[in-house]
Amino acid sequence: MATFNVTINGKSQTVDADPTTPLLWVLRDHLNLVGTKYGCGIAQCGACTVHLNGVAVRSCQLPISSIGANEVVTIEGLSEKGDHPVQQAWLEHDVYQCGYCQAGQIMSASALLRSNPNPTDEDIEATMSGNICRCGTYNRIKDAIKTAANSGASS
Amino acid sequence: MSLIKTTYGRRSFIKSIGLAGGGMMIGFSWLASCKETTTAEEVAMMPDEWFEINGFLKIGDNGMVTIMSPNPEIGQNVKTSMPMIVAEELDTDWNNVIVEQAPLNTDLYTRQLAGGSQSIRAGWESLRMAGATARHMLKEAAAQAWQVPLAEITTAAGIITHEASGKSAHYGEMASAAALIPVPEEVELKDKSEFSIIGTSRKNVDGIKIVTGQPLFGLDVQKEGMLIAMIVHPPAFGMTFKSMDAASVKSMAGIRDVFKMETYKADTPRSFSDTATFNEMVVIVGESTWQVMQAKKAIQIEWEQASDFSFDIDFFGNTQTTTYPAGLESTENHVLKMADLGSKKGNVVRKDGNFEAAFKKATKTIERSYSCPFLAHNTMEPMNFFANVTPEKAELIGPIQTPEFMEKSVASRLGMTLEQVDIQMTRMGGGFGRRLYGHFLIEAAVISQQMNAPVKLVYTREDDMTFGNYRPAYYVNYKAGLDDNNQLVAFQVRAGGIPESPLYANRFPAGAVENYQAEDWTLKSNVSVGAWRAPRSNFIAGAEQSFLDEVAELAEKDPIDFRLELFERAKNNPVGENNDYEADRYAGVLKLVREKSNWGNQQPGVSRGVAAYYCHNSYVAQVLDVVMKQGVPKIEKVYSAVDCGIVVNPDAAINMIEGGVIDGIGHAMYSAITFKEGVPQASNFDKYRLIRHNEAPSSQQVDFVKNDIDPTGLGEPPLPPVMGALANALYKATEKRYYHQPFISNKPFIG
Repeated sequence: MATFNVTINGKSQTVDADPTTPLLWVLRDHLNLVGTKYGCGIAQCGACTVHLNGVAVRSCQLPISSIGANEVVTIEGLSEKGDHPVQQAWLEHDVYQCGYCQAGQIMSASALLRSNPNPTDEDIEATMSGNICRCGTYNRIKDAIKTAANSGASS
Repeated sequence: MSLIKTTYGRRSFIKSIGLAGGGMMIGFSWLASCKETTTAEEVAMMPDEWFEINGFLKIGDNGMVTIMSPNPEIGQNVKTSMPMIVAEELDTDWNNVIVEQAPLNTDLYTRQLAGGSQSIRAGWESLRMAGATARHMLKEAAAQAWQVPLAEITTAAGIITHEASGKSAHYGEMASAAALIPVPEEVELKDKSEFSIIGTSRKNVDGIKIVTGQPLFGLDVQKEGMLIAMIVHPPAFGMTFKSMDAASVKSMAGIRDVFKMETYKADTPRSFSDTATFNEMVVIVGESTWQVMQAKKAIQIEWEQASDFSFDIDFFGNTQTTTYPAGLESTENHVLKMADLGSKKGNVVRKDGNFEAAFKKATKTIERSYSCPFLAHNTMEPMNFFANVTPEKAELIGPIQTPEFMEKSVASRLGMTLEQVDIQMTRMGGGFGRRLYGHFLIEAAVISQQMNAPVKLVYTREDDMTFGNYRPAYYVNYKAGLDDNNQLVAFQVRAGGIPESPLYANRFPAGAVENYQAEDWTLKSNVSVGAWRAPRSNFIAGAEQSFLDEVAELAEKDPIDFRLELFERAKNNPVGENNDYEADRYAGVLKLVREKSNWGNQQPGVSRGVAAYYCHNSYVAQVLDVVMKQGVPKIEKVYSAVDCGIVVNPDAAINMIEGGVIDGIGHAMYSAITFKEGVPQASNFDKYRLIRHNEAPSSQQVDFVKNDIDPTGLGEPPLPPVMGALANALYKATEKRYYHQPFISNKPFIG
């Protein structure tokens, strides 16, 4: 066990954990931030996607010891009131079915729009193919990303 | 309007059920507002007092309405659509509705089960009655308060009005009096033409929670003092526990206990929902998920081959025996055996005319065989359950499609009464049939009892994928004969599988062919199976529709015209009895998809396939467009035409259909679970291929047949036919027929 100071959603947190513990389980078990989901544990499904300095990463592959001073943002911290343009677009398109993968989808989509404010269909497909949705909401995910892009999600 | 007796589900209207009040907004809350956006201020505007009108709804003194959603939510959106039906007949403003997940209560509700696409169909009448009864009681309370005739009172959007006297009140003002009105013997339902909520698109009531990552799922449950438990199950089907070295693991950081567990005792009564092949497993309990995962990797366990294992299950009143024969099975062997059995005569289930004679006499004949592998369910949320079992009671919280059935087996396993067991349903991260089988609920309860502590049982993805109740492996052989006029005069289907047959002997083209024979066969196996979205249809539809495409080609006919001719025959002069479809409605969806897809006029370079199927009381026809891009098929567009009666929530229904299409394409194209010496050859998404974003159709279009038929199933029907439409489009694109799923395997992808 070791003590780590990390910044999650703009808040400094102290965590006592085994250094190999992935960020995913620190968030879920230690910090009670359960919006970030466990799906595969091997970076194949994207359900655990969070932002590390604004870039989408799979939190199941990031040991807590590697976070250091980097800023972590989870679905809970994407916006204060659930009004990030990507969240708004998700609500507008009623994207989800079961909803389990959608936090990861939203985190991947919002990171994409930050680096590429006007993605083409191919850009969206390339980035979003790392996030599995077993319910098959891919068409709506794409439509919602385009709506968010038009409303200025990159700002 | 129609008058109906309130006798059906009458227990739902017994007073004083004692549901929880407004305090439930705190913490891990099941409440969901129907407003499309909800702010904290709005949530604070909760009524001071709730008045329970009946088991389905309560009305606040300020006019807000809480509607209970009785059925488990697996992503099929019943948590929105079932309350919509209640709200319609209550005649309230949807914006003033809050939805609450109902507890398991078999006295109050009927069929609290997510399965068979039946939630809406089976709940339709009782949901309407619940709303209509409450509306009647509110009107009667107003009539008494205002001393005016009941017949002169009207309602609209939560307001009660007596026009002649100019009096009006919102529902909240009459709620306390209404709660005391005797339940009427019969109530009037709205005429369907009066519907103002049903048939309009309403947003998912959990939307805001989903996009903000609030706790909704079983895996999100956190309780004071809760421990994490994981199982280690045998590495292969046909193996069982022998011995272990628990001591070395018990000393690892954060580990509280390691022990062997027996999920079901020999005398635990089981229903179909208690199907599970692994009964003796190792349990590791610890303080955090990661610590338990480390111990799980480190533990040394010896396994040995199991002997034959069988148990009786109660299948809706009939006792059936499930048997898992001893041995270590391999896919290679399964495939050989299926091809062998599939070429032999099976049990004749239906016989019209004389197939053999007609086939011999036919001018043109064709024979083809199709197969598919086992499939894992792969819900994105792995199996899990929270349990807190004390000597007094068992509190169980998590994702389960069959709470009513599991309540009985878990009570028996724990030595408790049903009253001591409380099962709470969380929103589920997918179901697809996997959570019909709740062994993980029992496991969690047994572990909690043993530990004398609250525990959350968590399956890793690997545990989940390799402890399946898989979609069975199937194989079907078809033969067809045409006469001089290219009429289909002989048709035979021989369908079997491991361990069950996918045959539906009375479905199309039964009834449309003079000489028809249907046979089935099965092969026993210790690979455990279960219902997987659209059981049996999820294979046989695609195979049948691919075969009919070839038969149409042999008959030199357009594939839609060819099918429509058969439906004409089935309608005007049906062959045999018990044909399980309405030919007119079947033809109806084909005609609709022909029109909407502009069939026969596709763009150059586009290859099209068509298919139609009937299951779960609904009809679906699909046209699928493929283009080849650098030798790889890309699905450009899928058109679906659907007849599921009244569509309760159109946009959500479209979402469900789009998802079914993608799910069907994905599994036909990419997915399989195979075995070597009993060991599943995929245990995670690196080896098990699920369809990804770039492989989905570029766009989709959904159209409904508009009619006034009471709603039928929708969660499953869109999936089966698309497998046929896909195979038929791929044939046009590649000049090659696709007989064996998955059509494309082991294709790499960039993640």
